[in-house]
Amino acid sequence: MMFIDPHAHMISRTTDDYQAMAASGVVAVIEPSFWIGQPRTFVGSYIDYLSSIIGFERFRAGQFGIRHYCTVGLNSKEANNEELAEGVMEILPRFALKEGVVAIGEIGYDEQTELEDKYFRLQLELAKELDLPVMIHTPHRDKKRGTTRSMDVCEEHGMDPSKIIVDHNNEETVQEVLDRGYWAAFSIYPSTKMGNERMVEILAQYGADRIMVDSACDWGISEPLGVAKTAKLALQRGIPEEHVRKVCYQNALDAYGQSGQMHEDDWLNPAPIDQRTVYEGNSILRGGRDPLVEDATTKRDTDNLIIK
Amino acid sequence: MHNSPQTPYELLNRWLQARLSSEQWGWLEQSCSASLLSNTNRGLHIALGMVPRKLGKADLALSDTELSEAQTAHAGWVPADWSVDGTARVLILLNLADRKPDEFASTLRSLCSTADVSEAIAYYRGMALFPHSAAVDEQLGEGLRTNMSAVFEAIAHNNPYPLQHFDDHRWNHMILKALFVDSRLYPIQGLDDRANPELAEILCHYAHERWAANRPVTPELWRCVGAHATPDMLSDLQRASQSDSRLEHEGAMLALSQCPLKEAAAIIAAFPETADAIANGALTWDALSYRLDSTTH
Repeated sequence: MMFIDPHAHMISRTTDDYQAMAASGVVAVIEPSFWIGQPRTFVGSYIDYLSSIIGFERFRAGQFGIRHYCTVGLNSKEANNEELAEGVMEILPRFALKEGVVAIGEIGYDEQTELEDKYFRLQLELAKELDLPVMIHTPHRDKKRGTTRSMDVCEEHGMDPSKIIVDHNNEETVQEVLDRGYWAAFSIYPSTKMGNERMVEILAQYGADRIMVDSACDWGISEPLGVAKTAKLALQRGIPEEHVRKVCYQNALDAYGQSGQMHEDDWLNPAPIDQRTVYEGNSILRGGRDPLVEDATTKRDTDNLIIK
Repeated sequence: MHNSPQTPYELLNRWLQARLSSEQWGWLEQSCSASLLSNTNRGLHIALGMVPRKLGKADLALSDTELSEAQTAHAGWVPADWSVDGTARVLILLNLADRKPDEFASTLRSLCSTADVSEAIAYYRGMALFPHSAAVDEQLGEGLRTNMSAVFEAIAHNNPYPLQHFDDHRWNHMILKALFVDSRLYPIQGLDDRANPELAEILCHYAHERWAANRPVTPELWRCVGAHATPDMLSDLQRASQSDSRLEHEGAMLALSQCPLKEAAAIIAAFPETADAIANGALTWDALSYRLDSTTH
């Protein structure tokens, strides 16, 4: 089965993770811009970060046969540094239309401050101007009210819920998000967000319409195989295969494909040799090295001594 | 119809107009002027970003006549595999160079620093057409340091800029990097003319490293060695000529055939069949590169 991980901070992950994801069936990832653990204090750091996720990270993923897309935005934590936030708002339009940018995001609330609110709204307006979907990060704390408020604000700005993905849902938020017509994403992230057994229960209860599963893997203790493992568990526990396919693949493609920047052909029918592409195809690297996914399983074994 | 030679700017306009719908062409004309008139670069950034959305990403697919017009307009300009979006971006930048000459180099550098891969490829392919300056030249140096092979090749391959503007140091490092990133040498313009003794020495050292690591040496490497080989290097060429790899053997033999040292002839004579193929024109660097491409792609 093919998977899309529509929320993965690959810039923080190793090549081993890319290998394992490719071997598990992941064909595409979406890298939302977020904070990098350590706050940025200059707009220049932001510019270089965004350049990395539209450039080199895309190339890196392509080497493993994984298509890489991203979202750009000012995250809610750093919205509280007003000087930085003003600088970022100025440079966002030059990144929002880059190839493979599928949404403005992840944006929304952290502590729900006035500054967070201000920049959330400005970015919704930018998404509207550029006709891009929006990825919403719902807060870790005061989540239920923060989620409701995020949707209220979207509607105040006349946004179309069918172009908005509300992420990091849980049992307490999912009903309202679906009722109001938004896409509901779930991050299978150990200890703090969603576990995959709970996820399977949610799929059993709510079905597969407008629901998607992601790993949100980043610099923390997280699981780049979150989508693949959830799919496998769901199948084992009797979720229909078609539902699994929707929540682990098709819905992400339908939601973010609205940007016009993400097409199934990107990975199913890539141009064979295209100067302008950074995609190396699914099996063998150019230059004739061996398929990368094959030795992924034995590589971490220190008895496998030889390094060529 | 067009009797006087045309500038690259005029050609880009004509090629695009012939390929775009009137609505698309109208958008491009309007974007060229509107985005350039404002004092901030916001409009320019949005126009450049909108190009593939508005105009698509098809191949430009120039005819042979159009390609020869390109050569006439600017020596060495080969837009054979340019795309519609890349061409439109180059056109927008040529407009900018014309209207805001003082700001052009710094704007170009800033655009390159935040370019996505398609943009970077378009800008570097267009470099030879932009007004030349020290700042533009520095940006080329920066571009060569990329890790993305497609961006590197936008500079190195089918581009007259390196031949016209790179000094030997930068030239030699471009050749060496092409080998490091498994890129081909033959699409580099001026490959034979710009070969030099220092490059030959660096390349032989590199071949020794590859041999020490039991890694293959690409036959193209020897193309930049033959004409400048010292007696020491002849033993390297001899070793390569004895390679089990047919292509490596042929590469070394071609290089030896370009070597003015008289000892080279003796090495060649040990392989009469290959020597004949070289003498009668059946084996050339082009033929070798063609076979190299068809065995690895």
